[in-house]
Amino acid sequence: MDKKELIVTALENGTVIDHIPAAKLFKIVSILELDKIENRVTIGNNLESKMMGLKGVIKVADKFFQPEEINKIALLAPSARINIIKNYEVVQKTDLQLPDQVSGLLQCVNPMCVTNRQPVASRFDLIDRKRGTLRCHYCERMLNLSEIILK
Amino acid sequence: MKTNGLVSISDCSKEDLLRIVELAAQFEQHPMPHLLEGKLVATLFFEPSTRTRLSFETAVQRLGGRVIGFSDAATSSSSKGETLHDTIKMVSNYVDLIVMRHPIEGAARYASEVAGVPVINAGDGANQHPTQTMLDLYSIKKTQGRLEDLTISMVGDLKYGRTVHSLLQALQYFNPTFNFVAPPELRMPEQYRLFCEEKGLKYREETDLNAVLKTSDILYMTRVQQERFTDPVEFEKVRNTYTLRNDMLAGTKDNLRILHPLPRITEIAEDVDNNPKAYYFEQARNGVFARQAVICSILGLV
Repeated sequence: MDKKELIVTALENGTVIDHIPAAKLFKIVSILELDKIENRVTIGNNLESKMMGLKGVIKVADKFFQPEEINKIALLAPSARINIIKNYEVVQKTDLQLPDQVSGLLQCVNPMCVTNRQPVASRFDLIDRKRGTLRCHYCERMLNLSEIILK
Repeated sequence: MKTNGLVSISDCSKEDLLRIVELAAQFEQHPMPHLLEGKLVATLFFEPSTRTRLSFETAVQRLGGRVIGFSDAATSSSSKGETLHDTIKMVSNYVDLIVMRHPIEGAARYASEVAGVPVINAGDGANQHPTQTMLDLYSIKKTQGRLEDLTISMVGDLKYGRTVHSLLQALQYFNPTFNFVAPPELRMPEQYRLFCEEKGLKYREETDLNAVLKTSDILYMTRVQQERFTDPVEFEKVRNTYTLRNDMLAGTKDNLRILHPLPRITEIAEDVDNNPKAYYFEQARNGVFARQAVICSILGLV
């Protein structure tokens, strides 16, 4: 093996987030605050995928996300797949579920909303899981997943 | 109704609505001039609304309570840059209940979360104005004898008119048939049309007011507000299209009543005022009883 090649495939324990649309990868890195943790993180993007053309992959060693943490990804990449690795084996594959409530992550599209006018953290409640409709907890404006703006 | 106040009609169950309508009738029939004695209510009006403020203050004072507050943000500390959070925290120390009008949407929800006392939303921008809905329901009940199975025609600015949106939400429990009469620019937003479809509420959309007059039990007129238009030419064009005149009421149902949240400008001609079907001034009077019902219910006094 060439000395310069990095070992990225083998993860002893941790989480692999696969099938991320390439355009969403770095947003997901930021949502999960992977820039702030000390675990070994491997990020691959624009990798070839039979299923989706180009995809991104994130591997985080020795980290197992809480459901409410990982489900935030569903806002951006509902098709992403979460693989839990233990002792080099995939022990669990999890489908993402839209969270019932999203706090502080999204910006309300309504410029007159109190969360855009006063120092108030945004909060959205999931109203319709099937359609992916959220409602601002404060101004009650409805929001579709296609319209969301990250803070 | 949640004890931390009344922020939005979407928080109210059918039972909550019926209870307020029932209580409003009781307050009208049996005034209770001492019920709020010893209670102090703040009316915080971050934008002027004389009509709503007077209605709330009348409701409190006729029950023996007292009122402090301001009627315009220019005379409050928010003009010095104080956050809403701090104003609410401060006022919470002084009073038993806060009534708040604010131009920012969601301000009332936020205030109810930081206040130590219940908050009644007296209007937050284009979002909610729940006591208006309570008085509308009471007016409908009083004039029709029931809330169920009525044909309700909403006319004018259905896009920005928060009173029609809240009334629509509240009427979901009472099997209404809606007519939405508006110019295309101001038609009922998709969000509310979808709401009707999901709840199985019958509605049709019209652009001609005459098309709905003969079948309506309630004609709910709204003002087309200039501040909703960026283009003044567009405003002029729309404003005069939806004017109700007395001669148009010939052949309408005997039980038809005309409601309007007021102030009316040109959308109801003055010759309608003497028609017994005109109900908008009594409707405003009903607001005092409906607000008494809401206030005393929240304070746990009834």
